[in-house]
Amino acid sequence: MIEISNVSKSYGSFRVLKNCSASIARGEVVVICGPSGSGKSTLIKTVNGLETIDSGEINVGGFRLAPDVTNVAALRRSVGMVFQSFELFPHLTVLSNVAIAQIKVLKRPRAVAEEKARSLLARVGLSSHIEKHPAQLSGGQQQRVAIARALALDPEVMLFDEPTSALDPEMVNEVLDVMTGLARQGMTMVCVTHEMGFARSVANRVLFMDEGEIVETAAATKFFDDPQSDRAKAFLAKILKH
Amino acid sequence: MMVDLSAIAATVPYLLQGLWFTLQVTLVGVIGGIVFGSLLAVARLSQHRLISTPAAAYVNLMRSIPLILVIFWVFFLVPWAIGWVTRSGRPVAVGASLTIFVTFVLFEAAYYAEIVRAGFRSISPGQYSACEALGLSKFHAYIYILFPQAIRNVLPILLTQTIVLFQDTSLVYVISATDLLGAATKIAQRDGRLVEMYLTVGVIYFVLCFAASQFVKQLQGRLAYGVR
Amino acid sequence: MSLLFEPTPDGAGRYLDWIASGLGWTLFLALGAWTIALVVGTLIGVVRTLPKGILPRLGRAYVETFRNIPLLVQMFFWYFVLPELLPVRTGMAIKQMDPPWGSFVPALICLGLFTAARIAEQVRAGLQALPRGQIQAASALGFARGSMYRLILLPQAFRIILPTLTNEFMTIFKNTSVALTIGLVELTATAREINENTFRTFEAFGVVTIVYLVIALIAWQVMYRIERAVQLPSFASGRSRP
Repeated sequence: MIEISNVSKSYGSFRVLKNCSASIARGEVVVICGPSGSGKSTLIKTVNGLETIDSGEINVGGFRLAPDVTNVAALRRSVGMVFQSFELFPHLTVLSNVAIAQIKVLKRPRAVAEEKARSLLARVGLSSHIEKHPAQLSGGQQQRVAIARALALDPEVMLFDEPTSALDPEMVNEVLDVMTGLARQGMTMVCVTHEMGFARSVANRVLFMDEGEIVETAAATKFFDDPQSDRAKAFLAKILKH
Repeated sequence: MMVDLSAIAATVPYLLQGLWFTLQVTLVGVIGGIVFGSLLAVARLSQHRLISTPAAAYVNLMRSIPLILVIFWVFFLVPWAIGWVTRSGRPVAVGASLTIFVTFVLFEAAYYAEIVRAGFRSISPGQYSACEALGLSKFHAYIYILFPQAIRNVLPILLTQTIVLFQDTSLVYVISATDLLGAATKIAQRDGRLVEMYLTVGVIYFVLCFAASQFVKQLQGRLAYGVR
Repeated sequence: MSLLFEPTPDGAGRYLDWIASGLGWTLFLALGAWTIALVVGTLIGVVRTLPKGILPRLGRAYVETFRNIPLLVQMFFWYFVLPELLPVRTGMAIKQMDPPWGSFVPALICLGLFTAARIAEQVRAGLQALPRGQIQAASALGFARGSMYRLILLPQAFRIILPTLTNEFMTIFKNTSVALTIGLVELTATAREINENTFRTFEAFGVVTIVYLVIALIAWQVMYRIERAVQLPSFASGRSRP
């Protein structure tokens, strides 16, 4: 489904991605983890073209991303993204937030778009909030709306960039539950996250990144129980202390 | 020196005519200025130097010179320009009103442009990413998502600039146009009632502008997106 | 721009001299009014931050009056109306002032007090932006109110509002043009006069436009230098930390 081949990227003299390669199959749930500044966010943003690459190639379900490819509009319809800061549109209602891209990008009629929006919002448990504005919702609720907004375009792949990092602890689970449900339904997902419990129970595989490189790839349970590289061991030791 | 109130009362109809012209200029200036100013603001955000540099140059030029100078420029040059365009070889007389409307749109647009640009800068950068990630075209993103937020964030400042515009219109005096101040001046000169007329105009402006600025203050309180 | 070097009708020199004269009056008026505005404006800005009493309200009345009446109307008031409202002797004395002082003095007072109202608001904003702790700390150290403002609060407030003050400084040069309506032959009036004498509209107004641009550039440079000079490291002036 997703083939990342020898991808590198630099910001000026700083090499943020160094020759990264990975392969993600349809229906797989892959978690990318690693210390701050390891390039995880940058890597995931290259998959939907929000970040360009300097060398290498990415193939997403047949769509080719390379340094020379500039038109990525079509890709955005098959890849959905959820951001750490939710980024809902504050001036639109919850319903409009989920409907607007369907209407303007997919050219669905308003009635169809709103119907789909309603069903998605029901799926994430927010039916009673559809006429509210984002500022009236909690962080966890806003992030669930953001997930619904991305799902509304019927993507084949969902990318999550630290979806729960900006949430208060008591709201993390409501979002993780939605993501778990998605995974169970067979969505191909790539998640940058620090939530190791989620990674352990829901992910198929873990990619561990450090300083711009993919240092280790392993099945999820194997990664946590028996990390191979020293850097992975050090990382896990630090975050699993608490 | 006694102020004669009954004399003032008799002049009210003529003053209202002048006020009406003032309001017309203000309205044209606001609408034209915000439209043109928004285009300039978006142009300045463009990645293409060929678009952003002239826009920036225009805004900076207009903001560095006095409005009176711009009024004179347009007043003296527009007839020549039209004559040149229509190849009549001589300046074509143009109504003072049209000149004034054009002047204010051109001038105020530069000020509105800066305000709208600040509005765009106040939007969280993630909003642009979210629009991109959803595949919204740049055009749709600006019209439905970015522009509404930009305007909403700076609405009080836009309105304050409009009050400034309203006051700026008094400068059409320099080409003897009959706005509120012009009307008062003409009466003052005809009847020898300088003190009454200028005081009256001062009071009228004060009442209108003060009320408007109080309205803007109230609006500022209500515009917050809501607290959680 | 050969116009500049042609002789004037009155044989007293060249048009360049007219421009120099107009420029001189513009600068004299602008800098004089700026001085008045800084002194009066700071005073009123401070007064508006005082807790109770008649003074803050008088301050507010001042600001509202001078901000809600157009500058031109205010100019007419000082030039035409005030002499009539004063006792006859004083009024006559004012009206008999030689030109250009008869025009310059009212313009100076008018522009000074007008700009003072705007500076007062900025000073007030700057003072109110300071953390409350500053006043508390200064009081605890035994500072009387006068020295507290002078030595502690105002220096900080001015650094905060330097950008808006810069804007105001550049605006005052433009506002000097309004004085042409009461007979002061400043820069814009000079352009009009040259035009009336030579009918070379483009050159006359073009030269003056360039002069205003140069003034704006210099004024901006001056304020920029001042900003850099008084900058405190890591002070909340919008500059990012190194």
